[in-house]
Amino acid sequence: MGGLGKRNAKSAVSHQIRPAQESSVERRGEIRARTREISWLLLYSVVLCSTLLMGSPTAQAIPAFARKYSLPCSACHEAWPKLNEFGQVFRDNGYQLGNDRDAPITQIPSYWPITFRITPQWHREYNQRVAVDNIPGDPASGQTEQRVSTSGFDISGVDIWAAGTLAKNISFVVLPSSDENGNFHFESAFVRFDNLAGSRWLNLKFGKFELDTPVSEKRILTLSNDGGFYQNYHFEPPGDTNITEMGDNQLGVELLGHSANSYTRYSVAVVSDSDGSPNLPTGRGYDVYSNVSHAFEVPHLGLQRFGVLNFTGESPTAYQTSNGQPIPGTGSGNKPWYRVGAYALDYIGKFDLSTVYVHASDSAYLGTGTAANQPLPAGARAPAWNGGFVESDYVYSPRLVLVTRYEAVRMSQQALPTSPHALGNIDAATVGYRWYPIMNSRAGLAWHQEYSWMISRDSSPLTGRDAAGSSLFFGFDFAF
Amino acid sequence: MAEGAKHLVRIGAVVAAMIVLMSTPCKSQESHIGNLTGLAKRGRPIYARYCVGCHGERGDGAGENAPHVNPQFPQPRDFTVGLFKCRSTPSGSIPLDSDLFDTVGRGINTTAMPSWFPLTRQERADLVAYIKTFSPRFRDEKPDPAVIIPPETALTPASLERGKGLYEANKCGECHGKDGRGDGPSAPSLRDNKGNPIPPYDFTTGERFKCGQTDSDLARIFLTGLDGTPMPTYVDYLQGDQIWDLIHYLRTLQTNHKHKTLWARLFAD
Repeated sequence: MGGLGKRNAKSAVSHQIRPAQESSVERRGEIRARTREISWLLLYSVVLCSTLLMGSPTAQAIPAFARKYSLPCSACHEAWPKLNEFGQVFRDNGYQLGNDRDAPITQIPSYWPITFRITPQWHREYNQRVAVDNIPGDPASGQTEQRVSTSGFDISGVDIWAAGTLAKNISFVVLPSSDENGNFHFESAFVRFDNLAGSRWLNLKFGKFELDTPVSEKRILTLSNDGGFYQNYHFEPPGDTNITEMGDNQLGVELLGHSANSYTRYSVAVVSDSDGSPNLPTGRGYDVYSNVSHAFEVPHLGLQRFGVLNFTGESPTAYQTSNGQPIPGTGSGNKPWYRVGAYALDYIGKFDLSTVYVHASDSAYLGTGTAANQPLPAGARAPAWNGGFVESDYVYSPRLVLVTRYEAVRMSQQALPTSPHALGNIDAATVGYRWYPIMNSRAGLAWHQEYSWMISRDSSPLTGRDAAGSSLFFGFDFAF
Repeated sequence: MAEGAKHLVRIGAVVAAMIVLMSTPCKSQESHIGNLTGLAKRGRPIYARYCVGCHGERGDGAGENAPHVNPQFPQPRDFTVGLFKCRSTPSGSIPLDSDLFDTVGRGINTTAMPSWFPLTRQERADLVAYIKTFSPRFRDEKPDPAVIIPPETALTPASLERGKGLYEANKCGECHGKDGRGDGPSAPSLRDNKGNPIPPYDFTTGERFKCGQTDSDLARIFLTGLDGTPMPTYVDYLQGDQIWDLIHYLRTLQTNHKHKTLWARLFAD
C-alpha cells in the first residue's frame, strides 16, 4: 500500500509541473503506467476475491462435537449454526453417530464436551416512533413521538453449551446462557433417552428444550435486534395476554421419532404453560406441540421437505393475589389458543428455501386481557391472524452464506371490533451474509453483516400510526 | 493504448489460468450405481464439505483432523493407494462403484467413519466418482467380478462346534483373542498398510461389523479380506459350509447381537 501511495503522489506532482507542450510520448507513457496500475489492482482484487470465495473449500469447526468425532463443522452445518440433513440426523440420534463409540467411556479422557459462543459487534438501531417526554425527565410535560437512533460497539450474551452422551443412547444438553450483562439462565437443560425398545421411532426428551419448529430459531443465521428471530414464532396481537410463544424453549417432555435418514420425522411435546420460565410462575396448564414432516429427493435439486405443525394449549387469565399482587403459580380461568401451520424446506441447488405458514388464534379473554370470571368487553371476539416467512439461504460454499428473508403477519380478526383492521400487522425483511474466514477443528469464527427492517402497522404508542424500525449489524460470531 | 490493451489481455490470461488452477482439475471420472451416474465435478464440493477434514484435500488421509482422530480408531483411509476394506471384489482388486457407495452410506462401524446415509443418493454417487479420482488404479484397472457367497447352511450345534474348531485352526484368536474380544497376542503389533496401529475387531461389543451387519456381510469379509489391514482373505482356507460354520460360531461371541424387538419390527425402516 505504501508503494502505491508513493506512486500516486509522484504522479500528482508531475501533473502540476506538466508543461502545456508536453509530448504525446510522455502522455502515452503515463497512460501505460496507469493502465498497468489499474491492471495490477484488478488482478489483486480478483485474487483476493478468489481466495475468499474459492480458495478455501474446507470449513471445520463446532468445537464440542468436532473434538469428539473429528468431523468438520461443515459436516453437520449447512452454514454454522444452521444444520444440514446430516446434522439433523445426528441431532435426532441424540448426538450420536451410531458407530458403537458414542458412549463417553469410549472417548479419550481429556475430551471436554463444552462450547462457548459469543458475538462482539457494532450495531445501529433505529426506531421511527418512540414516545418521548417533551421535557427530558419530566413525565408531566407530555409526550410526543420522535425518531430515536443509536449505535456503537456492543457485545452479545454468552452461550456455554455442554452436550453429548451420558451413556450409549442416553443424551444430554445443558446450556447456561447469559444476557449482555452476564445474568444467566438455563436456555436448555434436558436428558434424552434414545432408541427406546431398539427403535429410532421412540426417543424421549425430558427437561427444557427447543420445540421442534420447522426452522430452528436457535440456529438462525441472522443476529440483529430486528432480524435475529422469527416474528411468527413470537407474535401476539397488541393487548393479548397469552405469554406462550412457539419460539421460546419450553419445559416439558417430548417424544420424537425419525427414519434412518430423518427423511420422515415426528415429534409430540407436552409442556407446561409457562413459556419455559422456571419456578411454575403461571398455573397448572399444559400445552401440546406436534410436528410431522416428510422429505424426498429430487434429482439434481436436492431434498424437499414438507410438514405440518400444531401448537395448542390453555393459558390462565386470572391469578390469586396478595396485597393486589399476583401469586405465582395460582393462575386459573384457563382459556384456549392454538397455532397451526404448514411448511416446505426445499433445496434448489445451492439455494435453501424455507417457506413457513402459520395460522393462529387466541381466546377472546386472552385477546382482550380479560379475566375469565369477568365479562368480556362489548363485541369482543377471538383474535386470529395469519403469517409466514420465506427465507432463502444461498450457500456459496461452507464458508460463505447469503441470507434473505421476508416475513409478514396479517390480522384476520381483531379482538375488539373498534381496533383498526391492520393493528399489529407486521412486515419484516432481513438481508445479510456470514463469512467464515478462520476455522479449524477447535474453533470457529464468522464475520457477520446484516441489515434488517420491520414495520408494525397502526401501533405507534401515541398516534397509532405505523411504527418502523431497523437494525444494522456487523460483528464477529465465534465459538470454541 | 494498443500496448495497454495487450497488457490487459495478458493479465486476463493470468487470472483465467489461476482460476483454472485453483479449481483443482477433476478428471472426468464417473461412478455408476444402478441407474445413478455420479460425476466427480459434483462430488468435489461434497467431499470438501464432509470428507476433507479427515481424508485431506489430496485424499491421502492426511486431513487436518487426522492427527486428532480418537487413537482407538484406525487412521483415515488413504484414497491415493486405491486399497479399500469393504468390497465385494477379491482381495487385491479395486472395489466396484457400488461397494464404495455402500461404504459411504453405511459408514465403517467402530471407526471414525460415520454413516453418510443422510446424504442423497445422488450426492453419494457423486462423492464416489470424486473419490475415484485420487487413485490412478481406477483409471488403469477394472474391478474383478464380485465374489459369490455360498448359500447359508443351517445353524446347528454341530455347525457351532465345527465353527469353534475353525476359529482355532485358522488362528483367528491370534488377533481377535480367545473370546473374540480383540485382545489376541498379536493385537498390539498389528499395523495397517501405512504402518499405523489398527485394532482387531472386538466381537463382544456392538452388533455390527465394519463392513455390514448381516451374516452375508461377514461371509463377504472372509472371501475378500479387508485390504490395507492385516485381515486376510480366507477364500483358500474356508471351503463351502465352513464359512457358515465359522459365522455361526462368531455370532455366539457377539453378546450384543440379538433378534429385533417387536418395536423394531413394527417401526424399523
